[in-house]
Amino acid sequence: MKHIISVLVENKFGSLNRVAAMFSARGFNLESISIGETEDTEISRMTIVTRGEDQIISQVLKQLNRLVDTIKVTDLTRQPHVERELLLMTLKLSKPVQHEIFELINVFKGKVVDIKQKSITIEVIGSPDKINTTIDIFKPYGIKELARSGAVAIHRGE
Amino acid sequence: MHSSGQTLNGSEIFFECLRRENVEYIFGYPGGSLLKVYETLYDVEDIQHILVRHEQGATHMAEGYARATGKPGVVLVTSGPGATNTVTGIANAYMDSSPMVVFTGQVPSSLIGNDAFQEADIVGITRPITKHNFLVKDVKELAITIRKAFFLATNGRPGPVLVDMPKDILNASCVFQWPETVDIRGFKPTLKCHINQVQKAAHKIAKAKRPLLYIGGGVISAEASEELRKFAIQQNIPVTMTLQGLGAFPGNHPLSLGMLGMHGTYWANRAVNACDLLIAVGARFDDRVTGKVETFAPQAYKIHNDIDPTNVDKNIKVDLPIVGDAKHFLSSLIEEMPDAFENRESWLAQINQWREECPLTYTSDDNTLKTEFVIDEVSKQTKGNAVVVTDVGQHQMWTSQFYTFINPRSIITSGGLGTMGYGLPAAIGAAFGIKDRPVVLFCGDGGIMMNIQELVTAVHGKVPIKIFLINNSFLGMVRQWQELFHKEKYSFTDLGDSNPDFVKVAEAFGCKALKADNPATAREAIKEALAWNEGPVLVDFRVIKKDMVFPMVPAGGSISDMLLERLNPKTMV
Repeated sequence: MKHIISVLVENKFGSLNRVAAMFSARGFNLESISIGETEDTEISRMTIVTRGEDQIISQVLKQLNRLVDTIKVTDLTRQPHVERELLLMTLKLSKPVQHEIFELINVFKGKVVDIKQKSITIEVIGSPDKINTTIDIFKPYGIKELARSGAVAIHRGE
Repeated sequence: MHSSGQTLNGSEIFFECLRRENVEYIFGYPGGSLLKVYETLYDVEDIQHILVRHEQGATHMAEGYARATGKPGVVLVTSGPGATNTVTGIANAYMDSSPMVVFTGQVPSSLIGNDAFQEADIVGITRPITKHNFLVKDVKELAITIRKAFFLATNGRPGPVLVDMPKDILNASCVFQWPETVDIRGFKPTLKCHINQVQKAAHKIAKAKRPLLYIGGGVISAEASEELRKFAIQQNIPVTMTLQGLGAFPGNHPLSLGMLGMHGTYWANRAVNACDLLIAVGARFDDRVTGKVETFAPQAYKIHNDIDPTNVDKNIKVDLPIVGDAKHFLSSLIEEMPDAFENRESWLAQINQWREECPLTYTSDDNTLKTEFVIDEVSKQTKGNAVVVTDVGQHQMWTSQFYTFINPRSIITSGGLGTMGYGLPAAIGAAFGIKDRPVVLFCGDGGIMMNIQELVTAVHGKVPIKIFLINNSFLGMVRQWQELFHKEKYSFTDLGDSNPDFVKVAEAFGCKALKADNPATAREAIKEALAWNEGPVLVDFRVIKKDMVFPMVPAGGSISDMLLERLNPKTMV
């Protein structure tokens, strides 16, 4: 089962490496990892997407907690949370399909961030599932390049 | 001694911090990045520096010292190769949870990342094998970093911590401030066990008809042997120990079953197989203990106390996990136990029957020497009072079987990593820490060659270790597996033609050396070695080549696969 884990870590060099290295050393699956400073500049928030059975996930959470730079570990999977990912994608642009592409961008509530004679770069924000669908739908039009941010997530407010 | 508020350079701060951490010994080797430190050290009189001959030796010495005394071992090495040479020793201490602080010199901050001379990213390299590690980036951070390093190494589950110190930091000055307290927000080990869980455990234990205590090194780290002794005797519960747990409970007590696992005693393994309640304390259900996990203690309700939550439900699913310090667990358990508990006489009688059925024995005649005899004899002559250090292999397993460990901190051995070459330096380190008991090393002819250079350290320091070289001219344990499981193809395990004359080697180092090849000469040599305290002594015991350690549960096997002698699996259940 897919799990989304939020980890507060000391904002120090090597913190990301410690977490990523722990995943590879212990053979845990790591689908995505993203990290950024929080409102407290000494603390970063990491969002980790992983998969595994309950026993594995319980080990993942404990091993994360065991790292000295880790301040707090929360498995958001079964709690109310918001999860988002950013997609930047450059597509081939040609006259015959131009309209279809613009319509689809609207359907996915995307934004055009750059446009040239033969290419268009769009941004789409949504859950990782939505991002997957977006990529699938645009694939036939010719994707030149794409970049995904990996998921970030946070508890829903009270 | 300097005081807070004085302006000091990084090297002076370094020693000032070690003083405040009550460090007695540094096991080290100088080099380019540490010149300033060694300049300062020249005039330091209250901390002894032991000059090793290879940085790996320094780490094992520090660990031997730590395991013998309970105090953290301290290592000081230079950057680059000095640092990378410590990797095996650090990994060993990590696997066996030994408190250790390793200080590495580093190239100047401005050169880091430039592939400078003798540069290695030792913080990156040792991240997965340290409890934590630090790169000091400012001399003002040096004191607090050292304080944190010792705090982390010795609190919670002990382990190695590395501090990387760039050359410019050691030269720079600042006002020295000793941090009286240390607070690391990401490190709050659970020491006290949850009392409800302890009560639940007490209830289960009182009702158990066939309970068994499974004791690991955590009991020794937590200094909980007294509590264990009290609890086991009061409740009449038999005790089996892991390799690292030996000595936590007196091996000569009727309730002691000796070691369990791959080369554990027949009766300990049968007891595991038959118990209805297993109380694991400070042990981690290692694969050498469990064999096939599905068939490990199949009838038992399992209680697991460990200070490290990651050890719980890692290898085996337990029924009642109790995170916390072993000393707290056992002392609160004693308090919570109800007055009435099940009679365990028939259970103990059953175990004793197994003990008689298949005791640990060996045959002996006047002309051939066996390792078992040597260890048995050393056990008798030292009355179980020695600090026993081993290397890795057959002699290590025979030590677990034939040396009777009575006190905690009596066996110092590489359990988790299984590091050949560990024994000699670990014994030297142990002897620096323990002066009132003999320090005895059992080491194979393969393992001793892996750190033989440390014989110089022992000779120079007049360290009175007894090096009992178990010389069978073979990599015996690998040979055993080749014989049992690999068609008797003794591929690269016969050292007979290439081994040096160890007596001559020892003498060349300035070490007293003896030789024995039969029980009578062995007995005399042991006596002579134990009486010699002017420095190290090596006895070259020429033991028979083809000898195997039994019982043996083949890797990944069940207790029912236990081999009691050559190719004769005894079906048990």
